[in-house]
Amino acid sequence: MSVITIERKVLEKNDAIAQQNRELFTRNGVFALNLVSSPGAGKTSLLEKTLEHLRGTIPVAVIEGDVQTDLDAQRVARYGIPAVQIITRGGCHLEAHLIRDALANISLTGIKLLIIENVGNLVCPSNYDLGEAMKVVVASTTEGDDKPLKYPAMFRNAAVLIINKIDLIPYVNSNPATLKANALQINPSLLTFETSCTTGVGIAEWCDWLRHQASH
Amino acid sequence: MHELSLAQSIVDIVQNAASANGAGRVLTIGVRIGELSGVVVDSLTFCFTAITAGTSLEGAALRVDRIPVRAQCRECRALCEVENLVFLCPSCGSGNLEIIAGRELQVSEIEVEDNPGEKL
Repeated sequence: MSVITIERKVLEKNDAIAQQNRELFTRNGVFALNLVSSPGAGKTSLLEKTLEHLRGTIPVAVIEGDVQTDLDAQRVARYGIPAVQIITRGGCHLEAHLIRDALANISLTGIKLLIIENVGNLVCPSNYDLGEAMKVVVASTTEGDDKPLKYPAMFRNAAVLIINKIDLIPYVNSNPATLKANALQINPSLLTFETSCTTGVGIAEWCDWLRHQASH
Repeated sequence: MHELSLAQSIVDIVQNAASANGAGRVLTIGVRIGELSGVVVDSLTFCFTAITAGTSLEGAALRVDRIPVRAQCRECRALCEVENLVFLCPSCGSGNLEIIAGRELQVSEIEVEDNPGEKL
């Protein structure tokens, strides 16, 4: 019997393609975001509000990831921006090669901001680098304030936390300060925003930050 | 449930390494999995067994080393183990920690039978 030393990353293929995606974004001056959350936290609603607010300011493109249907791509295409749908057909997360293939259908020329909406899942997408500049995690007030403690890898790997549905606080047993404190325990450098896609609260602050990131 | 695709990546890496080294049957596969990698080890083992049935890797054992989360404080440079997901430096209280271990998702080594053909 002999031992063969390997020392290879299990996700090395994904990471290599992610790096190619990242170089493509850099060459084209595109700020790419990987938007992640559990199902139903409001990623697509937030995206719609964001596109509405950013309309006419910076050129945006969107890649939508879903297990099934192109309903989300239809929703965001209404804002007159390039939008591509990836249907994973059961796959629980996006991988770098899916983004590479989707990019073949988008011209990045002139695009400043690319938002990739991942499959709703707080576990699997945390492992897969897509080539993005950063992950943005959305947690809603209806999900429970302990979410960051239950899904630490995702909150640790994200750079931004958006606490969504803050208009529902009077009706649910949630305290966004607790949610935020739990998230900061896992990741003290998280930048946080509080938003409501129903009332529009916080959307301007989030979009101002996005615009600043995309133009620098 | 991304353990199935992780198991497939492990199989690819191991089969490539075994054939590149002219190895015989693979007996064990050593993998390092960090506590922050988000991998469910039971699922990974289950998927690995399922997809290797009837292949050259059937019967190979997955030996998993769980790697605890360790960090170094960027303020006072102290090293610490991150327990219960409290990312605070036990020496100076800073939250400015750099994770130095605990995110691993690696195939470290394989144990193989010596290929009888090699001895002839």
